[in-house]
Amino acid sequence: MGKPTGFIEYLREIPVDRPPLERVRDWKEFHLHMEEKKLRNQGARCMDCGIPFCHTGKLISGMASGCPVHNLIPEWNDLVFRGQWQEALRRLHRTNNFPEFTGRVCPAPCEGSCTLGIISPPVTIKNIECAIIDKGWDEGWVLPEAPKTRTGKKVAVVGSGPSGLAAAAQLNKVGHTVTVFERADRPGGLLMYGIPNMKLDKQEVVLRRVQLLEQEGVKFICNATVGDNVEAEALLKEFDAVVLCTGATQPRDLPVEGRALKGVHFAMEYLTANTKAVLGGDGSKSAISAAGKDVIIIGGGDTGTDCVGSSIRQGCKTVRQIEILPKPPLERQPDNPWPEWPKTLKVDYGQEEAAAKFGADPRTYLTTVKKFVGDEAGNVKEVHTVEVKWTKNDKGQFIPQEQAGTEKVLPAQLVFLAMGFLGPEQALLKDLKLETDPRSNIKAEYGKFGTSVKGVFAAGDCRRGQSLVVWAINEGRAVARECDRYLMGSSDLP
Amino acid sequence: MSSNSTTRPGQLGLPAKQGLYDPFFEHDACGVGFVVDMKGRKSHRIVEQAIQVLVNLDHRGAAGSEPNTGDGAGILLQIPHTFFAAACKKARIPLPAAGEYGTGIVFLPKNVTKRRRLEEKFEQIIQSEGQTVLGWRTVPTNNKSLGETAKASEPAMRQIFIGRSPELADNAAFERKLYVIRKRAYNEIRNTTMDGAEYWYLPSLSSQTIVYKGMLLTLQLADYFPDLSDPTMETALALVHSRFSTNTFPSWNRAHPYRYLAHNGEINTLRGNINWMHAREALFISEAFGDDIKKVLPVIDPHGSDSAMFDNTLELLVLAGRPIAHAAMMMIPEPWSGHETMDDARKAFYQYHSCLMEPWDGPACICFTDGKQMGAVLDRNGLRPARYYVTKDGLVILASEAGVLDIDPINVEKKGRLQPGRMFLVDTELGRIVEDEEIKAKFVNERPYREWLDQHLVKLEDLPAAPEVPQPDHETLLQRQIAFGYTHEDERLLITPMARDGVEATGAMGNDAPLAVLSNKPRLLYDYFKQLFAQVTNPPIDCIREEIITSAETRLGSEGNLLQPTPSSCRRVELKWPVLTNEEFAKIRRMELPGLKVGSLPILFRVTRGEQGLRKSVEELCLMARRMIEEEEISVLILSDRGVNKDFAPIPALLAVSGLHHYLIREGLRTRVSIVLETGEAREVHHFALLIGYGCSAINPYVAFETIDDMIREGLLPNIDHKTACKNFVKAAAKGVIKVASKMGISAIQSYRGAQVFEAVGIRQDIIDQFFTWTPSRVGGIGLRTLANEVLLRHRAAFPERPVNGHVLPEGGQYKWRDDGEFHLFNPETIHFLQKAVRLGSYSVFKDYARLVNDQSKNLCTLRGLLDFKPGDAIPIEEVESVESIMKRFKTGAMSYGSISKEAHETMAVAMNRIGGKSNTGEGGEDPIRYLPLDNGDSKNSAIKQVASGRFGVTGEYLANARELQIKMAQGAKPGEGGQLPGTKVYPWVAKTRHTTAGVGLISPPPHHDIYSIEDLAELIHDLKNANRRARISVKLVAEVGVGTIAAGVAKAHADVVLISGHDGGTGASPQTSIKHAGLPWELGLAETHQTLVLNNLRSRIAVETDGQLKTGRDVVIAALLGAEEFGFATGPLVAMGCIMMRVCHLNTCPVGVATQDPKLREKFQGKPEHVVNFMKFIATEVREIMAQLGFRTIEEMIGHTERLEPKQAIEHWKAKGLDFSSILYQPDAGPEVGRFCQTQQDHGLDKSIDLTQLLALCQPAIDKGEKVVAELPIKNVHRVVGTITGSEISKKYGAKGLPEDTIRIKFNGSAGQSFGAFMPKGMTFTLEGDANDYVGKGLSGGKIIVYPPAGSTFPAEENIIVGNVALYGATSGEVYIRGMAGERFCVRNSGVDAVVEGVGDHGCEYMTGGRVVVLGQTGRNFAAGMSGGVAYVLDEAGDFDTRVNKQMVGLDKVTAPAELAELRAQVERHAQLTGSARAKQVLAAWDTFAPKFVKVLPKDYQRMLACIERAKAQGLTGDEAIMAAFEENARDLSRVGGN
Repeated sequence: MGKPTGFIEYLREIPVDRPPLERVRDWKEFHLHMEEKKLRNQGARCMDCGIPFCHTGKLISGMASGCPVHNLIPEWNDLVFRGQWQEALRRLHRTNNFPEFTGRVCPAPCEGSCTLGIISPPVTIKNIECAIIDKGWDEGWVLPEAPKTRTGKKVAVVGSGPSGLAAAAQLNKVGHTVTVFERADRPGGLLMYGIPNMKLDKQEVVLRRVQLLEQEGVKFICNATVGDNVEAEALLKEFDAVVLCTGATQPRDLPVEGRALKGVHFAMEYLTANTKAVLGGDGSKSAISAAGKDVIIIGGGDTGTDCVGSSIRQGCKTVRQIEILPKPPLERQPDNPWPEWPKTLKVDYGQEEAAAKFGADPRTYLTTVKKFVGDEAGNVKEVHTVEVKWTKNDKGQFIPQEQAGTEKVLPAQLVFLAMGFLGPEQALLKDLKLETDPRSNIKAEYGKFGTSVKGVFAAGDCRRGQSLVVWAINEGRAVARECDRYLMGSSDLP
Repeated sequence: MSSNSTTRPGQLGLPAKQGLYDPFFEHDACGVGFVVDMKGRKSHRIVEQAIQVLVNLDHRGAAGSEPNTGDGAGILLQIPHTFFAAACKKARIPLPAAGEYGTGIVFLPKNVTKRRRLEEKFEQIIQSEGQTVLGWRTVPTNNKSLGETAKASEPAMRQIFIGRSPELADNAAFERKLYVIRKRAYNEIRNTTMDGAEYWYLPSLSSQTIVYKGMLLTLQLADYFPDLSDPTMETALALVHSRFSTNTFPSWNRAHPYRYLAHNGEINTLRGNINWMHAREALFISEAFGDDIKKVLPVIDPHGSDSAMFDNTLELLVLAGRPIAHAAMMMIPEPWSGHETMDDARKAFYQYHSCLMEPWDGPACICFTDGKQMGAVLDRNGLRPARYYVTKDGLVILASEAGVLDIDPINVEKKGRLQPGRMFLVDTELGRIVEDEEIKAKFVNERPYREWLDQHLVKLEDLPAAPEVPQPDHETLLQRQIAFGYTHEDERLLITPMARDGVEATGAMGNDAPLAVLSNKPRLLYDYFKQLFAQVTNPPIDCIREEIITSAETRLGSEGNLLQPTPSSCRRVELKWPVLTNEEFAKIRRMELPGLKVGSLPILFRVTRGEQGLRKSVEELCLMARRMIEEEEISVLILSDRGVNKDFAPIPALLAVSGLHHYLIREGLRTRVSIVLETGEAREVHHFALLIGYGCSAINPYVAFETIDDMIREGLLPNIDHKTACKNFVKAAAKGVIKVASKMGISAIQSYRGAQVFEAVGIRQDIIDQFFTWTPSRVGGIGLRTLANEVLLRHRAAFPERPVNGHVLPEGGQYKWRDDGEFHLFNPETIHFLQKAVRLGSYSVFKDYARLVNDQSKNLCTLRGLLDFKPGDAIPIEEVESVESIMKRFKTGAMSYGSISKEAHETMAVAMNRIGGKSNTGEGGEDPIRYLPLDNGDSKNSAIKQVASGRFGVTGEYLANARELQIKMAQGAKPGEGGQLPGTKVYPWVAKTRHTTAGVGLISPPPHHDIYSIEDLAELIHDLKNANRRARISVKLVAEVGVGTIAAGVAKAHADVVLISGHDGGTGASPQTSIKHAGLPWELGLAETHQTLVLNNLRSRIAVETDGQLKTGRDVVIAALLGAEEFGFATGPLVAMGCIMMRVCHLNTCPVGVATQDPKLREKFQGKPEHVVNFMKFIATEVREIMAQLGFRTIEEMIGHTERLEPKQAIEHWKAKGLDFSSILYQPDAGPEVGRFCQTQQDHGLDKSIDLTQLLALCQPAIDKGEKVVAELPIKNVHRVVGTITGSEISKKYGAKGLPEDTIRIKFNGSAGQSFGAFMPKGMTFTLEGDANDYVGKGLSGGKIIVYPPAGSTFPAEENIIVGNVALYGATSGEVYIRGMAGERFCVRNSGVDAVVEGVGDHGCEYMTGGRVVVLGQTGRNFAAGMSGGVAYVLDEAGDFDTRVNKQMVGLDKVTAPAELAELRAQVERHAQLTGSARAKQVLAAWDTFAPKFVKVLPKDYQRMLACIERAKAQGLTGDEAIMAAFEENARDLSRVGGN
C-alpha cells in the first residue's frame, strides 16, 4: 500500500461516461477512460487490507461476495498508484484471462465487498481493472504467447462464451491442441451476441482477444453446432477430452395469454439480431427494430437494461421496464450487511439514457404481466399489467399476490422477455447421455468438473446455471486444470 | 514429589525430562555477597558476618512448596587450618601443614555400604594420581530444621583429606592435581551405574578454599553445619549465596558457591558456550597440565546449572595458568568495541581475546575468588545490583544489597556500587583494593596485543577488491526466486522496507496462519523454528537505546589453542557485520593470505536423487568439509547454493550449516574453520538469526540482492540506487539479528553465534539429534524426506515441465489473506459470520462461525485443531455450571488506550463488567473518570490494570482501583521486545492518561527495569500487593520452551495468577519477524506450565490463565483440559466490535475506528457492548454444550484432564502425520494430595511489613481526618516497600490529589530495603537518614522522599552511593532529594518527579518523559537514552559530560534564561535545606561560577512540542485547544525525529 491515508484523502471517482444523449446516437462504447493521475489516486484509496474481501469470491447467502476469479486487487491497485502498469497487467492476467470483458460487463461484486465500503464508497476496482487492460492493449503489452512444446493431446471445447474461451486459453497454455466449436457465426457466445456493442465492443474488444487466442494456437470453428452439424460421438472419438461450455441459454418464458403474438420476443433474439446488424455496419437494420415503437421489457436485470439501451438507439417511441420485485432500497438493510452483495438500487446506463431521453427511469416495480393483447394482424399492441404484493405462504416462501384494482393497460408494439435463463439446452446433453442435476444443469462437481461421461467436462453456466461472466471465467480456468490433470496425471494450472 | 520413579539415575533431585518439562531449562537467581578482611587477617568474625549477610539476603532466596525447604545456601571460606587440624586430630587423621593437603566435602549416599564403595573408588583414583589419602571425616550436620523435601534427598556429608605428593612443583600444581582427581572421580564414579552414584558431588576440592553448602534456607546454614559456628573456624574471606530456584525440586549440589565463584544471573548464550568449549577441547594442549589435560574432559559438567558451567570454564582457565581476574575479563569482557573513551591497549586486549573465545553473555554479578583475591564483576550492561562498603578497619562487604551488615557510620570509609564493565578486586596478599584501572592495566600491557593484532588480524576493508563480482541475472531470477520460495509478498512487505529504509517490516494483529508443519504449502525450514526470548529470569536488552553494549563484529578463521595462545591466535578476518554484500563476499572468496585459506563447497542436490538425495548430499558435504579442514587446512569454508538449475535443487541452507556445525563439533574440528554461507534462500531477519544461531559466521544473500536489483529495475523500489538499497538491506538484516539476540538478553553477535536459542516445532527428533543437536523439539514432526519434498515442490514450481505462469511470483498470503495463499483462521467467512452473529445476537450463526474455525479437516492450523475429545458419559446440560458463571473466567486481552480508540477500549470494559469478566487496561494507563460507575449501572473501569515496562499512567490511584494487577513480562506478538508509540499517535487524550506530552513519542523498554531476575519479579509482585491488597497479582508470560519452569518460579514469587500467552496473539504494531517467529502456541506453553506446576506441587496456589487466538468454546474446553482455569480473548472481541483485520493498527488508519486515535475514523466505530457480551455468551454456551457431552459439571473438574483428549485419528496430512502429542497430553505422576487447580491463597507476608505493624496505625489520623502525623522509625534492608500500603489507603480514599503536602512526615534511620516509598501519594514525606537500596520512589505518585547519610559519616556524601539502582522508575509526580550518588538508571521512565541527586550511574534519565532532574555531579555513560520528555540539568565541572550523553533524542544547551536559572537555583536551595548537602551549599555559595557549568538536557521532540504549544497559546488558544492545535501542527511536521 503506497499511501496508507489515500482512502481518507481522496473521494471515489469514476470516469464520466459519454453523455447519454450523445452516445445513444451510435453503438460505440459509452465507457470513457480516466486520466492517469486520477486513476492513481483511485488506486491509492485501496487500503491493502489484511483480509481483502474484494479478492475473496465466496458465496455468502447465495450471492458472490468478492471477486470469483480472485483478482489480485490490492496488488494491482497499489501498482497503479505507483504507476507500475506493466507489472499491474501481469498481476491482473495471473488470475483473469479476459480483464477487458470483466472490466466492462462485470457487476463488480468486488466493490460490494470492498472493506472501504463499510465507511465510505468503495474503491473503483472495476474501472481500474479496465484501465489496466486497456492500457496493456494500447501499449502493445498484450502479446500472443504460444506454448513452447505441445503435449500432443487434443481437446474440444464446445461453446466460445467466457468459460469456453477461458478453458481454451488455459488448456492451450499448457500445450494441448485446442479446438473451439461455436454454433454462431462468430465466436464469443454471450460476449458476442448477448451483450450489446455499446457495452462491450465486438470488433475492438471481443474479437481482438479471440484473434490473440488464435495466434497462440487455438482453433475456432464457427457455425458448428455439436449434435447437429458436428457429430457428438465423433467429437468424443476424435478428441482426448471434451469440455462443454454451452451456457444456460434456455430463456424463462412468460406463458400468458397473447404470448404468441408477433412482436413478443425473448430478449436474446433481439440483442443477437441487433449486434449482427451493428457488425454488418448498421444497427438500425436489425431484423427486430424498435424504431418508432412503444417498447416494454419484462425483467429488471442487466439483459433488460441492454434492451432498453438498444431500443433507444434504434429510436423507440417509449420504453418501459417491468419488474415483479420491489424497488431495492438505496442503502444496505440490516439483513444484507457488508460484505454481502449489496441489494441496493442501481441506475445502469440504459436507465440513465431513458431518463435523459424520456425524463424518467423506465422501471416499474412490483408489477407483473396479466396478458398481451394483439391487433387483428396478430401483432402485439398492449400489455396488461397488475401490481403485486409479496406475502409468505404457509410454507414460509414469499409469493406474489396480485392486487385487485391495480390493473393497467400499456400500449406496446414490441415486448422483450428478459426474465433470466433456466439452464442449458438439453439436446446435446441427451446426445452425450450426460446426467443432469435437478435444475437441468449438467451434473458435475464444482472443483472437479467431470461429468458422468469420462473425458467430458462441463463448466460455466451449463453446469452452474445462469450466472456472471466472471464465474464463467472462473469455471473455464478451473475446468482446464482438471482436464489437464485428467490428460497428464497432474497439472500446474491454477 | 510422589516417588523416585521420576528421578533419572545420575540426576539426583531434579526430575527427569518428562512430558514437556525439561530440567535443562531450570533457572536460578539469588542474593550474593562477600566479606573480606583486606589485610588477610583470618578470624571467625568474618564467618559470622558473612552468615549475617546471608540471612539479610533471605528475601532474595526462595522456599518451595514447603516453607522450610530452601532452594539453597552456602559459604566459601579459606581453608580453616586450625579448625581442621583439631577436627582431624579427633578423627585420627594425620594432617600436614596448611597448604600441604587438599580437602573438600563429598556428597554421598547415606547407605554405608554404598557409600563405602564409592569412597574406596575415590581413594583409588587419588592414589593413582600419586597423592595420599589422609582420611575421611564425617562432617557433623543437623537436619532438624529441614523440610521433608530437603531431608528426603539429603546426602551424607563426608570430608576427604588428601596429602600432597612431594613431586608436585608448587601450590598451583597441587590445585591442578586436585582438579584432575575431582574430574576423574566425576567421570569414573558419578557417570557410572555404581550404586548411589547419583549422590556423588564435591562442592570443592582444594588446598586453598572450602565450600559448605546445601539445600538450605539462609537461616539454616549455620545450624546445619555446626562446623561454621566453631570459634576456630577462621578465614580472611567468605563468599555467601542464597538461591532462588524456579522449581521446588530437591537439589543439594545446585546451591552456590561453586569452586571459584558465586553467581547471581543467567548465561543466555549457554548452549553455544558449551558447544564451543566442547569443540575447543580437541585442541587443548597445556604445559601446565601435560597429559593430565585429557583426564579433565569434558571440561563442562553437562548436569550443572549455567553457573556451574561458567565455574567449570573459569576453573580451567585459572588452573591452566591465567590469574582469575584475567580469566574473568575473557569470559565477561566489558563492551569495548563501541566505547568512546577506552584506551587502545585495553581495546586491543579485548579484541585479541575475542579471537580466543566468545563472551559468556547474560545478566550477571559474579563474585569470584581463588582464596587470596576476592573479586566481582557485572555483566556488560550492569543488570545486577551489587553494593559495597569499605570500612576504616579494613573490611570490605559486598552484596546484592546495601545494609546487609550493620556498620557504624563512623567506621565507613566508602560506599560504592559495582559498575558495569568495571572489576572490583580485593587482594588479601597486597592488603588492599585494586582499582579497575590498575588490574586491567596490568593485564592489557602484559603482552603487545596491539602489535599482534596489527600483524595478524585482517580487516575486511583492507582486503583487495575482487576482480569479478557476480552480476545479477534478470533472465533467470524468477526461477531462482521461486526455487527459494520467494513471494510477491516477501518483496512488498519484507524486502521493501529493508532495502528502502533499512528497517524491518512492521505488521499488526498477530498471526492466525498455520504452523509450518500444519501448512498445506511447502515452507522453508526456517519456519519450523521459533525464537526464544528472555522473560523473568533475565531481561531482554534494548539494543536501540543501549546500543553501546551491543556488538556485531565477526571474525573468520581458525581458532587456536585456548590454553596457550600465541600471537597468531588472532589470525582472522574481521567483519563489521555478519551479512555481506556481493562485493564484500567476493573479497573473501578471492582472499589469498597465509593462515587464512578459503575453500568452497556447493550445497546442492541432484533432483533425480529425489527425497533420498538430501540426506546423502548433506553427509557427503560433511565428509568433504572434513577433508578440506584436515588435508587442505582450510580455515574459511564457503557453502554455496549458487548453481540451482533444472537438475540441481538447493539443500536448505540452515540444514547444511547446522548439520555441518554439529558434525564438526562432534568431530572436534569445529574451531578450526569458520562457515560462510552464500545463499539465495535467506532474506528475512529470522533466516539470518537462525543461520548465525546455528553456527554460521557470515552470510551473502545473493538472491535478496538480485531481487532488490530487479525491484529497482521494475520500478517497485523507486528513488534508490542499487548500492544504497543493498546497504540498507544489510543494515536492516544485521540490526534485526542483534534485536533478535537482544530479545534473549544477548548483546554480542559473537556470543549469539551457535547459541541456538530456538525451539523447533514440527521436526522429528532424529533430525534434531543429527543436525540441530540439543534443540528442543517436543511434538515430533517431519523428517528429511518431507523436508526434501518441500524443496522439490518449490523446485518443480520453479522449473515446471509445462510453464503456466512464467512471469510473476506467487502472491504469498502469509501476512495478508490470499485465495491461493496460506490458510488463516480469520478469513472472509469467519469474520463475516462472527460479526453477523454478534450483531444479530444469533447463536446459530455463531455456530456457523465456530464450525468453520473448529473444523480443521481441510486446513490444519493449530495444534488444538488436531486434538479430539474422548467421549464420556454425557450429562444433561442443566447440570453444567451456568453461562454466567463460566463467563466470570473470561477476560479480554491487554490493549492499551493509545493502541485502540477510547470507544473500543470503553466498549470492551463495559461489556466485561456487565458479564462479571475482566477487561484489561493494557499498558497505557486509564482515565480516572472511568473509576466512577455510570448512571445506568455500567462501569468503564477495567478490572485488570496492567503494569508494563513503560509504567505509563501507573500511579498509586490506578493500582488502587484494580481487581487484578497484571505484570506484563512479554506479549505474544513480540515477546522480548519493547514498544513504541510514535509521536503522531500520542494524541492529547492519550498523553494525559499516560502522564506524558502530546505529540512526543513514547518508548516502552524491552525489560522492566525493576525485573532482571526472578527475585526481582518477586519484589515487584510484593510491591504491587502492597499497593493494592485486594487485587490479585498476575504475571503474563509468553509460551516458549521452559515457560513452565518460569511459571513455577512465578508461583514461588507469590503471584496469584500466571497467564500463558500464545505466540499468535497480539494486536498493535510489531515486527513481522516477531509476529511470525517468536514464541510458541499456547497449547505447548500451557501444558508445560500445568505439568511443571503439578510436578512441583505449586499448581494449587496459583491460577493459570491462557490466551492467544482463542476463538471458540471448543478452544476454551481444550485450554481447560490442558490446565487453564481462566481464559483471555483479544482478537475475537475486536472482530465482534467491527475489526476486519486490516492489520494496519500501526498506521493509525483503522477504517472502522477500532485501532486508531484519528477523531474522523473514530466516528466510524460501530461496536457496542452487546456485541462483546454476545461473543462471550456464545463462547460460554458452546463451552457448556461440550462440557455436557463430556460429562463435566464445572470448569474446575475439567482442569488438566488431558486423558479426555486424544490426537485426531487419521491425520493423513503429509507433514502433520509425524506429530506426536504425547508430551502435551502427559500427566505427571503426582499423588492425590497434589492440587490440580488453584485452591489456596498465596501468603504474601504483608502482615510483617512496617506498614501493617506500625506505619498504617500511626498514619490513621491523617487518613481519617487529615491530621498531621510526625514520627521517627528505625529501618533495615529487610524492610521493603515501606509506605506503600499506607499510601494505597490514601490513594483509595483521596484519589490522585492525595493529602495536603507534608501531612505525614516520617523519618527513618538505617538502610532501607528495596522499593522505599513506592507509589507514595501526595501528602506523604519520607526522610531517610542512612542509605537505600534499589527502586527508591518507584512509581512515586506525589510523595516526597529525602535521603541523606547518617550523622557521623565522614566520607564525602557526593562521592558515595547512597541509593541503589533504578530509583524513581515510572514515577509520575512528587519530589526527591538525595544527598549522595544514585546507581544506574536513575529516573528511568520518570514522567513527572522533580529530583535532585549528587551523581548517577549509567543510563541516567533513560526513557524519561517528564519531570526535572538536577544532577550535582558525575553521570555515567548513555545519559538520556530514549529520553523524550522532561528536562535534566547536569553540573558538568569537568566539561566532558557530552561524551557520556546519548544524543539520539536530546539536545544539550546552557541555562541562560533568568527565569529558568532562578528555578534551578531554587531547586538546589531546597535540596540544601532538606538534606544539608555540602555539595549544594558549595554550589550555591559560588552560584555565578557554577551556574554556567550546568548543562541542560532537553529532548528535541519535547522542545518542538513545547514550542508548538507556546505558539498555539500566543494565538489565543487555551488549555486542551492549545494542546490539540499544537499536536496537529506537530503531526504535520514530517521532519520529526522518528527512531525505530
